[in-house]
Amino acid sequence: MSALLEVSGVTVSFDGFRAINNLTFTIGAAELRAIIGPNGAGKSTFMDIVTGKTRPDSGSVLFGDRSQSLLKLTEAQIARVGIGRKFQRPTVFEDQTVAENLTLALKAARSPWRVLAWKAKAADQARIAELAAEVGLSDHLARKAGELSHGQKQWLEIAMLLAQEPRLLLVDEPAAGMTPAERDRTTDMLVDIAKTRAVVVVEHDMEFVRRLNCKVTVLHEGAVLAEGSLDHVTRNKDVIDVYLGRGE
Amino acid sequence: MTDTRKSPSLFVFLAVLLGFTLLMTLLSEGYGSGHLSTSFIKTLGKTLCLCLAALAMDLIWGYAGILSLGHMAFFAIGGYMIGMWLMYARTREIVEAALSQGGLPATPQELEQGIASQIFGVVGASDLPAIWGFAYSFPLQMALVVLVPGLLALVFGWLAFRSRVTGVYLSILTQAMTLALALYLFQNDSGLRGNNGLSGLQNLPGLTDVGQDKLSMWFFWASALALGLAYLLMTWIVSGKFGSVIRAIRDDEARVRFLGYSVEGYKLFVFTLTAVIIALAGALYYPQAGIINPAELAPTASIYLAVWVAIGGRGRLYGAVIGAAVVSLLSSWFTGGRAPSIPLGFGTLDWVNWWQVLLGLTFVLVTLFAPKGLGGLFDTLAGLRSPNRRGAPLGPDQGALQEREALK
Repeated sequence: MSALLEVSGVTVSFDGFRAINNLTFTIGAAELRAIIGPNGAGKSTFMDIVTGKTRPDSGSVLFGDRSQSLLKLTEAQIARVGIGRKFQRPTVFEDQTVAENLTLALKAARSPWRVLAWKAKAADQARIAELAAEVGLSDHLARKAGELSHGQKQWLEIAMLLAQEPRLLLVDEPAAGMTPAERDRTTDMLVDIAKTRAVVVVEHDMEFVRRLNCKVTVLHEGAVLAEGSLDHVTRNKDVIDVYLGRGE
Repeated sequence: MTDTRKSPSLFVFLAVLLGFTLLMTLLSEGYGSGHLSTSFIKTLGKTLCLCLAALAMDLIWGYAGILSLGHMAFFAIGGYMIGMWLMYARTREIVEAALSQGGLPATPQELEQGIASQIFGVVGASDLPAIWGFAYSFPLQMALVVLVPGLLALVFGWLAFRSRVTGVYLSILTQAMTLALALYLFQNDSGLRGNNGLSGLQNLPGLTDVGQDKLSMWFFWASALALGLAYLLMTWIVSGKFGSVIRAIRDDEARVRFLGYSVEGYKLFVFTLTAVIIALAGALYYPQAGIINPAELAPTASIYLAVWVAIGGRGRLYGAVIGAAVVSLLSSWFTGGRAPSIPLGFGTLDWVNWWQVLLGLTFVLVTLFAPKGLGGLFDTLAGLRSPNRRGAPLGPDQGALQEREALK
């Protein structure tokens, strides 16, 4: 299987502190991957590098069939080549309606002139309705996103991510603040999405990772400590020492 | 998705503007009963131009969250550009008339010399500076009304936004820009007559027979038309997806980047567009004012623009217009010596001096207690309320809509 994202030999330091240390990570075009690791292991920094928020000191980040380097692209350009990101706390545009939020995310031209001339076609409206239905927000399309519950905002953000039609999704603790029923639905959804695109889930909750039933990468001190199935990594002695040994 | 709540205001606004224009025409000296003096019509016409500027300010600050405190520089530049043509063409008429009294028609060189010494004698120069090269042509100088402020905004904005300067730093940078331009224009060798500025702009070349009573109405109509068209344009911009993108940038620009929009590109677009609209407003304003000088680019002028929008209520197009109209009309009433002084025993409260204090106080009170501004009164009448967010603004950015500015 050819890789969709190839991160190799990446190092980032903040004031001498090595947040990422010679990290190498690869994910295929239709694969679900969980990244776990203790606080400060470099999970967020890893996402910041891939999405262009942080520039690494060395190493390479290649994406797509033509192995395009992401290091020279801006955040917006990286988003346009097909990488979507979901933050830990739901970040939706609170002063805008659910429909407006989805319209913003919908895959379409992003330049000011094209956006100025953009008009919703029947297909766009159908797609928005479909996405809203998928996450149970059909009855809330005209409501402002700021009025939604925490869980509903999470769903809206997931729907926005889907609307972007990215090839790679980076999802930061999707189950945070969700009820058990909502977690189950999120799991099913992520597994389903990963059938057609690559999904990287950063998660603390082991039970949630188990339900995802996918390959797991354990990060520690900015490098990969172990990789494999959840059972495989949880049996790894290094992993037990640094992570699982801490009262779990 | 169109915000349906904003559409009714468009028709109400255009109807009110049309009704107001007709009423003023019927009461004017030039075309009506003469109840309103020509100078009052000029004040109203100028006020309409200020409303147009406030409309643009609302787009950039109220909708895109960029608090530019330098946009009145573009207003003045627009005025200078049209003023150059007005002054040149008018002087040419006078010089031609004077030279032809000798019996022989003037040579082009004589004409040129005459015009240059007429315009620049006041700063001790007798040559026409290179920047007056297009002043002979109305279409070319009109193009400069758009191009000069547009290019300046494009270059300044590109430098500022590319470096991701935001919030209060951007505001300071724009203040520095307008101050630097003002100081440059104050110099006699700036080519625009230093602190004398350009004058006699109320006289249109070739229209000496038409009285100011009629001319003032023409400009009044043109200003009303420009305001109406701009309101239409702005409504179209803010109600579509573009408006959605810039409001998103106002509230949370980092998130907008991750959706794939070039935040800097949008800011530059809005900065330049509003600069051009404000320059056109300036080009309509100064022929009614009759004179323009570098004091018009003072940093406070741009701060006033923000104060109008704040008092009117930012993020609502009608709010900006109401704010500019009310504040600038009150301002000309108080400072025009028409407001009665109030004897206070220990002294007299003279409004010419105290008006600024009153305005400052109003600004503070509106910001603290009625962030929706005067425009918010209409929201209240329409039954629209603010959401209860326990004080949380609608996004993490500095320019983000505050809880009490927002509507459910």
